[in-house]
Amino acid sequence: MSLIRYQSPELALWPSLDRWTSLRDDLNSLFELPFWSGFGRQGQLFSGWSPALDLYQNNDNIVAMVELPGMRKEDIEISLHEGALTIAGERKSESSNGEKAERTERYIGKFRRSITLPTRVDANKVSATYRDGILTVTLPKAEEAKPKQIQVKAD
Amino acid sequence: MNTVVRENREAESRQSEQFLAPGASLVEDGDGYRLQVEMPGVNKEGLEISVENNELTITGYRSLPTIEGTLIHHESRRENYRRTFELDPSIDADKISAKINQGMVMLTLPKAERVKPRKIQVS
Repeated sequence: MSLIRYQSPELALWPSLDRWTSLRDDLNSLFELPFWSGFGRQGQLFSGWSPALDLYQNNDNIVAMVELPGMRKEDIEISLHEGALTIAGERKSESSNGEKAERTERYIGKFRRSITLPTRVDANKVSATYRDGILTVTLPKAEEAKPKQIQVKAD
Repeated sequence: MNTVVRENREAESRQSEQFLAPGASLVEDGDGYRLQVEMPGVNKEGLEISVENNELTITGYRSLPTIEGTLIHHESRRENYRRTFELDPSIDADKISAKINQGMVMLTLPKAERVKPRKIQVS
């Protein structure tokens, strides 16, 4: 099986991708088949993992939300460098030797996402939570990047 | 007349809620199968698993964090998850168990005793 690149959902809805669909049909009906006879222990079909990332902005913060199901929080790395936020990590394979066959649509291995932030942020005040497989990173805007009301003074 | 049309449409849209098919992986070990399904944003309360007519259906209703502000970059999809798998007859449907941890559903599908490999003692 050749490498299938992840397409970001806004470019292509994956149920409409032919390859995805046929792969999914394979998996959906796998229980009927003698176990993946022709498949061997190929395991990973994908070598790239690019989790979906959303970015929000309000007056005080930039907030990034990343879908990272089934990670350990110790395996998630967040860094800031030259105005770009990078989220990286690794998902380890959980299968052990006693298992006969494996077939997966899930990404195992390393990932790295970087996104340029629209404003400067205060790197010392960045905080993150990981809940239900969703990582939320809150990046407070640097003072000079916050919108300001200018008072007009009378003479 | 207008009202009737509108009501019908609403009923229809409620019925045809769009679900997203979550990514899954399947591993066989000696005693059965382990099925992992990715459902970020779903917790225990939002997870529904049913077996009917030899079909296993997993539905995940997401409770996503609400974030104030303007969305300036968007890749995620907001639909709930649903996926149906046909069960192999060797699986003991009564003994399927599931847990969810950080948006990852882990199902254990044990094989029925009668299909497990066993040694026959020669007397």
